[in-house]
Amino acid sequence: MKLAIIQRILLGFVLVIAVIVLNFFLLQAAPGDVVDAMLAEAGGGDPELAAKLRASYGLDQPVFIQMLKYLGQVLKGDLGYSFYYDESVTELILGHLPTTLMLTLSALVIAVVMGTLFGVYAAMKPKGFFSNFVTVFSLFGYATPVFWLGMIILLVFALYIPLFPAYGIRSIPEPEHWFDRFLDIVNHLVLPTFTLAILYLANYSRISRASMLDVLGADYIRTARTKGLSEPKVIFKHALKNAALPVVTLAGLQLGQVFSGAVLVETVFSLPGVGPLLYESIVRRDYPVILGVLFGAAVTTIVANIITDLIYQRMDPRIQSIT
Amino acid sequence: METGTQKLTEGAEAGTGVFVFEESTSKPEIKWRETVRLFCSNIAALLGFIVLVVFVLAGIFGPTLYPADPFELVAAPLSGPGEFTLLGADYLGRDVFIGILYGTRATLLIALTATLVTVFIGITVGALAGFYGGMIDNVLMRITEFFQVLPPLVFSMVIVAVFSSDILVVILAIAVTTWTTEARLTRAEFLKIKEREYVLAARAMGASNLRMITRVILPNAMPPLVIAITLRIGITIIYEAALSFLGLTDPDVMTWGKMIGLSRDFFFDAWWTVTFPGLAILLVVLCIALVGDGLNDAFNPKLRGR
Repeated sequence: MKLAIIQRILLGFVLVIAVIVLNFFLLQAAPGDVVDAMLAEAGGGDPELAAKLRASYGLDQPVFIQMLKYLGQVLKGDLGYSFYYDESVTELILGHLPTTLMLTLSALVIAVVMGTLFGVYAAMKPKGFFSNFVTVFSLFGYATPVFWLGMIILLVFALYIPLFPAYGIRSIPEPEHWFDRFLDIVNHLVLPTFTLAILYLANYSRISRASMLDVLGADYIRTARTKGLSEPKVIFKHALKNAALPVVTLAGLQLGQVFSGAVLVETVFSLPGVGPLLYESIVRRDYPVILGVLFGAAVTTIVANIITDLIYQRMDPRIQSIT
Repeated sequence: METGTQKLTEGAEAGTGVFVFEESTSKPEIKWRETVRLFCSNIAALLGFIVLVVFVLAGIFGPTLYPADPFELVAAPLSGPGEFTLLGADYLGRDVFIGILYGTRATLLIALTATLVTVFIGITVGALAGFYGGMIDNVLMRITEFFQVLPPLVFSMVIVAVFSSDILVVILAIAVTTWTTEARLTRAEFLKIKEREYVLAARAMGASNLRMITRVILPNAMPPLVIAITLRIGITIIYEAALSFLGLTDPDVMTWGKMIGLSRDFFFDAWWTVTFPGLAILLVVLCIALVGDGLNDAFNPKLRGR
């Protein structure tokens, strides 16, 4: 088993290198380079200066050498400089990360917990009203564009019934006391979290209902019932343990997709997260930032996948013999 | 194994027991007619299908029957539904209804093409990996894993940013970032079907590899693929809408997502500018989901209600 984990981590490392190589070639394919950007900022310059600058940045060397250099740089955590912000891309992304993490993680936790409960409850009465509700809910969850849902929620809960603020993550001016400041941020995050969570929730309810239905038909559940265990004990101690596996897989997958999920919602709610950073950098053609976000997103996915695998192995001992 | 006996009894019933073996090597064992019958008995799925047909017809004939320019300023800016136009006008005075009508064609066309490309890449990779196994499988699956690590929306945004927002690039960006699901599904099906007796029989009869892949295995792998492809169309519509919403697609083509994106700064003053295009997306994708569900039930009658 130890070997399997090491193998998994090595594979993850290879994937990271592959992403860096891809990034390098995308950067090469992008029009203009650092020197172009610098000269544009300085208001133009003669070709001689450009050539000198290129030499000093190593841009006149063969592509392969440049790639190796880029590889070493990124592995050290240096993603280059933003043309626009004149700041290191790594710091820029780390600075925008807290908002994104707060938004996506709270949405994910809400969705996983409530989705599992919804699924369990629906599976207990497969033909009941709530079970049908879960089916319809998951259909709508599949069909609703998240950015549109965000706008409709804004219209209803920020404009027509002004319960929550419409944009940003802090009020201006900020409250004095630290606890009020905290509440202020929570208040700003309610609507975007709700938007994201509701679509995730639709998915989790469906999956946990389906897997619960599967498990409830198994022999060991019948055994548990014949033993005279109470129904809650059967459901939560015996069934849920196994039914939770698909939910864990999905949660792990989505943990890796935090950036994707956040891009649209953060844009709609004007939150200062990684999403708008990516979007604005695309508009400005600020390639180091764009590729930095792609790299960060890919690494998050790789790490999340490894963690999911580990949790999965813990939860289902049968897996060990296979990997 | 199970399908083998099924085939035998079927053949016996039809009184053609002798030819069963040969038939099952050349013909898919899926009862398509039965599937269609089951599908049509599912009212929700049928209803979804009809609504989709209406949208497709509107996309094909709408612009011819109602010649207009979705970018033309025809009404007072931000005028509400019923004031000058049926569904109101946006901040420049563009007709929302005309936008939706013309957007139908562009949205569906882009989504369908992108789905086609996605599915083509996915099935090709999955079929090759599943059929040949060994080294080829290994290499192809590592490539698949690599693409799975790149979050689709972020990756496609990067592709569009680096290359261009030309429609073709957008379609390829969508396909390149999403084909892995179909590849994995196809591979799994191929691995399963490859071991069946009629496949071995076809091989024994000297069928070429290409024939084995396209004529023997693929048709039998279709049911789960058809369902996946149907659902993929819906996902692609939303995906394209998201890119359009962010303003990353062709500026000269009006799509539903773009209508919502263009009105982003004004929708507090004019709810209709975002609500109606969004409802169009919701309705179409919902109907696709209903059709997908119906197909699922029709292909697997035993699993009904899951």
